Amino acid sequence: MATNYDYEDAPAAYDDANRQDLGYDPNFVPDSVKSFVVHLYRHIREKNVYEIHQMYEISFQTLSDRLFKDTPWPSVDAVAHFVDNDQVFCLLYREMWFRHLYARLSPTLKQRIDSWDNYCSLFSVVLHSAVNMQLPNQWLWDMVDEFVYQFQSFCQYRAKMKNKTEQEIALLKQYDQAWNVYGVLNYLQAFVEKSNIIQILEQEKEGLEQFTATDGYDYSGGSNVLKVLGYFSMVGLLRVHCLLGDYQTGLKCLLPIDISQQGVYTSVIGSHITTIYHYGFANLMLRRYVEAIREFNKILLYIYKTKQYHQKSPQYEQILKKNEQMYALLAICLSLCPQVKLVEETVNSQLREKYGEKMTRMQRYDDEAFAIYDELFSYACPKFITPSAPSFEEPLVNYNQDAYRLQLKLFLYEVKQQQLLSGVRTFLKVYSTISLGKLANYMEVDEPTLRTILLTYKHKTHAVDSDKKITSNADVDFYIDDDMIHVVESKPTKQYGDYYLRQIVKLEGVITDMDRVKLD
Amino acid sequence: MGRERESPKQPQQVSYTVEQLVALNPYNPDILPDLENYVSSQRYSLEANLCLLRLYQFEPERMSTQIVARILVKALMAMPAPDFSLCLFLIPERVQMEEQFKTLIVLSHYLETGRFRQFWDEAAKSRHIVEAVPGFEQAIQAYAIHVLSLTYQKIPRPVLAEAINIEGLSLDKFLEHQVANSGWTLEKGHARDQLIVLPQNEFNHPELKKSAADSVPLEHITRIFPILG
Repeated sequence: MATNYDYEDAPAAYDDANRQDLGYDPNFVPDSVKSFVVHLYRHIREKNVYEIHQMYEISFQTLSDRLFKDTPWPSVDAVAHFVDNDQVFCLLYREMWFRHLYARLSPTLKQRIDSWDNYCSLFSVVLHSAVNMQLPNQWLWDMVDEFVYQFQSFCQYRAKMKNKTEQEIALLKQYDQAWNVYGVLNYLQAFVEKSNIIQILEQEKEGLEQFTATDGYDYSGGSNVLKVLGYFSMVGLLRVHCLLGDYQTGLKCLLPIDISQQGVYTSVIGSHITTIYHYGFANLMLRRYVEAIREFNKILLYIYKTKQYHQKSPQYEQILKKNEQMYALLAICLSLCPQVKLVEETVNSQLREKYGEKMTRMQRYDDEAFAIYDELFSYACPKFITPSAPSFEEPLVNYNQDAYRLQLKLFLYEVKQQQLLSGVRTFLKVYSTISLGKLANYMEVDEPTLRTILLTYKHKTHAVDSDKKITSNADVDFYIDDDMIHVVESKPTKQYGDYYLRQIVKLEGVITDMDRVKLD
Repeated sequence: MGRERESPKQPQQVSYTVEQLVALNPYNPDILPDLENYVSSQRYSLEANLCLLRLYQFEPERMSTQIVARILVKALMAMPAPDFSLCLFLIPERVQMEEQFKTLIVLSHYLETGRFRQFWDEAAKSRHIVEAVPGFEQAIQAYAIHVLSLTYQKIPRPVLAEAINIEGLSLDKFLEHQVANSGWTLEKGHARDQLIVLPQNEFNHPELKKSAADSVPLEHITRIFPILG
């Protein structure tokens, strides 16, 4: 199922009957659909995760392509009696039904509201009664992902007030709780809390609990649904907070997941990419460029090596799009903080191919350079939202661009503050000592101004975290003794220790494998 | 419609720290008055203030620009941490257009770009805004000293004087205090003013930087203990 958070919001049609194919009969259930629901229902009851996953990933997609290219699936009422009118199955079916609708058609306001209602019912069941299911991680991830996507999409839709009909405005007023930001955040938060996922991950570190080792699945007869939803909700919260411009809080929500290692978040490619994309973006906005570069580099390398395996996946287009966006973000990071040695060779050559020329121009910090920063940021940033409801007062104005414009403006403001730093860098790289007077002369500024530029350089390249620890992001560093600047070359530090540790573990693994081989 | 808003989990009689309050109710509009009171107090918590700005963002009609201004002044005082821009990300642009916010943004710009002279001049013109929070001057001076210590081993007296906005006898007194308490020393510059030797750190004395190259943290080694045994 597509992780469809980037579908452009096509102008919604307002009349159900006109919009959806006249030939569509919500009550007609083709045999293949009947067989699909019957089998899926059975596999869910039998907790056959493998088969569920197959049907969910492949059969649903194939049927959609064949029968429901531009119409919705049959209504839930039409299929309910094939599945004993099972409440939970019907909620799951409707969740997929809406997801398919969002991906292939454009939802009406009423449908958006109905989908919200369906999420409320589904989530309440998961939160408040013990569900006894085992669902594939892919599906659980898609649920969280789609929930956040539909919220984002609703905010964008609602903010386009200009062309709303009276009827739509009446609906918006009437259902003012649908996709309410408190509701969305509190559901995600409730999953995190109710699932105890934070404690589970804590205990796992001490070997008291298994979660990552089983990819979140429960092999002792329990259900993985709440736990894994809780886990993915942390990523969902990161994303929502990024959409709101609250990067600090977003990163805090992700803290329980150790992204320096593999985890359940890497078990689904969509989740892996969403996590790192937002993590990197938030760090970029927090001026922690080195951290952003490091993670972008890792995931871009990973995508480069593995994308061939996803070619047939419904997420393939999304993967490629996020891949391109992250290259753009990497280009921004490296322009502000030229630590190229952090970037692996393959990634670097891809980057040069895509953005080499733009990156050279970005170094100039003239108007054209700002235009490129603007362009790359706008292309690669999340789709920021304004979470509050409109005032409904005449004249109705669109405010769907407000949030994006604010984030862009503040970002470009930061770039402007750093514009003189690349000049300093160029000179520092070729001197080991230089007097303030001489450097001021070269840079065509007076000495007091040069001092401020050098202070700016130090301030912008040294991040201070909440426990007062200072981290240097500087590629070239220096110190001033009276009025002499001394340049310090930063040497790349090779981490041999880690390398040896990994090799030791690997060797041990090989030896164990060999021991297991019984020779006749 | 299933709006899941849980009732505040703290009964009134039990007093929670603001951090606990936020941790328990990250998305609960009912704690808004508590957070506003907290902003008016002498204490500071970025997390609590971000939470308040978030609630304002969700319900703009409840926003108090006075409180927002106070949050921003306190965020300036938290420099070198990026708190000021973290707050700005959450404040709608039309609010930022107000005069007092424009002033604060200019002040932040001067601090971010190391222009202390301009900063102090501008701050003097806007006393009514910055003096709302006691300790403002000292906090900015501490930031100035932080950046200067990253940058200088030895700094000429006038450069320091300008950055922290202290001169003459007051500066002598200030230096005396720093010499006694913070490891500063004074030197005679050649044919000029005093030179102030700032305490050493790995950023103005790069040789102090610990080489991380050959050290492996113990917890990494413990991971292979089972194998070694």
